Amino acid sequence: MGFPHKTHPRETPVLSTHFGDSEARSLSGWRARGGYRALEQALGMAPADIVNVVKDSGLRGRGGAGFPTGLKWSFMKPGDGKPHYLCCNADESEPGTFKDREIMRWTPHSLIEGCAIASYAIGAEICYIYIRGEFTEPLQIVGAALDEAYRDGILGKNAMGTGKRVDVYIHKGAGAYICGEETALMNSIEGRRGNPRIKPPFPAVAGLFGQPTTINNVETLAAVPPILTNGAEWYKGMSLSSPKSTGTKLFSVCGNIARPGNYEVTMGFPFREFLHDICGGARPGHTLKAVIPGGSSVPIQTMQEADATLMDYEGFVATGSMLGSGGVIVFDDSVCMVRMIARLARFYAHESCAQCTQCREGTAWVTKILERIEHGSGTTADLDTLLELSENMTGKTICVLSDSCAAPIVSGIQKFRHEFEAHINGKRCPMRSAAAA
Amino acid sequence: MTPAEMGAVHAESHAAHGGAGHPHAEEHRPVFTGAPRAELDALLSRYPTRMAALLPALWIVQRERGWVSEGAMAEVAQVLDLTPAYVKGVVTFYTMYHQHPVGRYFVQVCTTSPCGACGADDVVRAFLEHTGTRELGVTSPDGKFTVIEVECLGACGFATPVMVNDEFHESVTPDRVPDILSKLE
Ligand SMILES: Cc1cc2nc3c(=O)[nH]c(=O)nc-3n(C[C@H](O)[C@H](O)[C@H](O)COP(=O)(O)O)c2cc1C
Ligand code: SF4
Ligand code: FES
Repeated sequence: MGFPHKTHPRETPVLSTHFGDSEARSLSGWRARGGYRALEQALGMAPADIVNVVKDSGLRGRGGAGFPTGLKWSFMKPGDGKPHYLCCNADESEPGTFKDREIMRWTPHSLIEGCAIASYAIGAEICYIYIRGEFTEPLQIVGAALDEAYRDGILGKNAMGTGKRVDVYIHKGAGAYICGEETALMNSIEGRRGNPRIKPPFPAVAGLFGQPTTINNVETLAAVPPILTNGAEWYKGMSLSSPKSTGTKLFSVCGNIARPGNYEVTMGFPFREFLHDICGGARPGHTLKAVIPGGSSVPIQTMQEADATLMDYEGFVATGSMLGSGGVIVFDDSVCMVRMIARLARFYAHESCAQCTQCREGTAWVTKILERIEHGSGTTADLDTLLELSENMTGKTICVLSDSCAAPIVSGIQKFRHEFEAHINGKRCPMRSAAAA
Repeated sequence: MTPAEMGAVHAESHAAHGGAGHPHAEEHRPVFTGAPRAELDALLSRYPTRMAALLPALWIVQRERGWVSEGAMAEVAQVLDLTPAYVKGVVTFYTMYHQHPVGRYFVQVCTTSPCGACGADDVVRAFLEHTGTRELGVTSPDGKFTVIEVECLGACGFATPVMVNDEFHESVTPDRVPDILSKLE
């Protein structure tokens, strides 16, 4: 479903089937739509068999890194005598991304069901859903759905009467993009500042409260119940392209586009057709100029690159970017790329947790220089400085926030250098003067 | 500007922040008695450590008092067996905890690039004008409004998203601003 628009005939709704249908929010409504059958099935299976189905399905993490989900789950060693934890990452703060919000708003039970199945599969008795503090509506809706699930005996010490404990709790964030990074998120649940941790140890060895932990994105977990119900082959069979990218993916589309919203397509869908047919293309009287296809942390694409892309993990890499979180940001001829990139840099400078020098200093400096260029007082040498700073910010820090800040800057200067030069040579923003005239 | 003038400006914006009086010096009335205490105890049963209840405890404080004062930080520290300095270190990390009183209606407008490309700056200007706050982060003289710009609210397809306290408004345009404000007491 292209929420808030009608489902486009070329979409393949799996996760989004019930977006916009408020009856799917209640437990009875969810049951009437086939809900909790997958959990019932799972609780009757051996945990290792569930992990194998997820492995076979080819499901990969939808939070940004695309790590194979079944493989991640298999790192959790059964019978090690330690408490295991599951964390559901509902921090969704990556600019351009707003899909997890719709999953939580419309089908909270799909997420709870996915959390319960995953908990059982990895031997965790407790799952924390970390929801960003600004998501007041999802917090309320998922909270109400959890209450219902507890009242009905789906969750708790004796989940669905099986004698197995599955507790799912919400942990509310308090405003910090960095808490979406997995180890920062764990620190935040523990009551600490949201600083990412140095890895190793990896979460599966020593994660939340120092215990073996798995962390998954909302969309990843919500995909698990339909995979169990319909089977791994069904999920794999939906891919239009690479066997390494299977199933469907929710793409959030925003910025300068005719129909912004959430659209679900099979992996490998042609990006050009996606943008033009499904999302309606440019607004009347405008032409599209650039796309950041995977949330603000991935390289910017020109329209030529975007048009040649197949929408899957490999496809976006082949045309110079990444699938990331699936947050597609579109810019048309009405916006100034220098301004957009400067504002993104400011985002990263604001959100840096400040542990690493390259990130703390780098994000602040690139922001200052980009703003200077935007206001017309930059020099050509500034472009070299920006590239040099970006180089120093890449691959050298505890987490990749620093790299994420560099990605749009480097690709922006490479692909839209003429806009930077127009600011430098004209000593002002050409778009602003056009607007003022 | 002379240092004395700068001091005067600072004092003025400080008063605007805090409203009348000097709430920072106010004696702290304990939050964690009765129902909030019971609520915190229930939360503690969800975590293996007391420290893990810190973010939820601070949320309770903010709900009850509107902001998190130094006195409240000391109380939270005592209840959770932490030090006040530790609690302050955590409070200052997270942007949603108010370390000063804010207006009765706290308005947050997303201006990150995707919303910026869709006119978010004009929405900010409309809020500053119609609330009479004029300046970001400064509370209106009647103590009713504080307007700030925030980073991505995770609703980019509904540009421009605006939060007024806990209420989320989608697809806000400058012309809708007077209407949104007129519904607030
Ligand atoms: C700075 C930063 C921010 C992140 N923010 C999020 C986020 O908001 N949501 C999310 O699911 N993953 C986010 N991630 C990715 C997580 O670290 C992690 O890879 C993911 O939650 C794993 O789940 P998955 O395997 O199901 O994708 C972020 C990573 C970094 C470095
Ligand atoms: S890269 Fe930036 S955000 Fe990540 S740990 Fe280092 S300072 Fe913090
Ligand atoms: S950029 Fe404004 S909500 Fe995401």
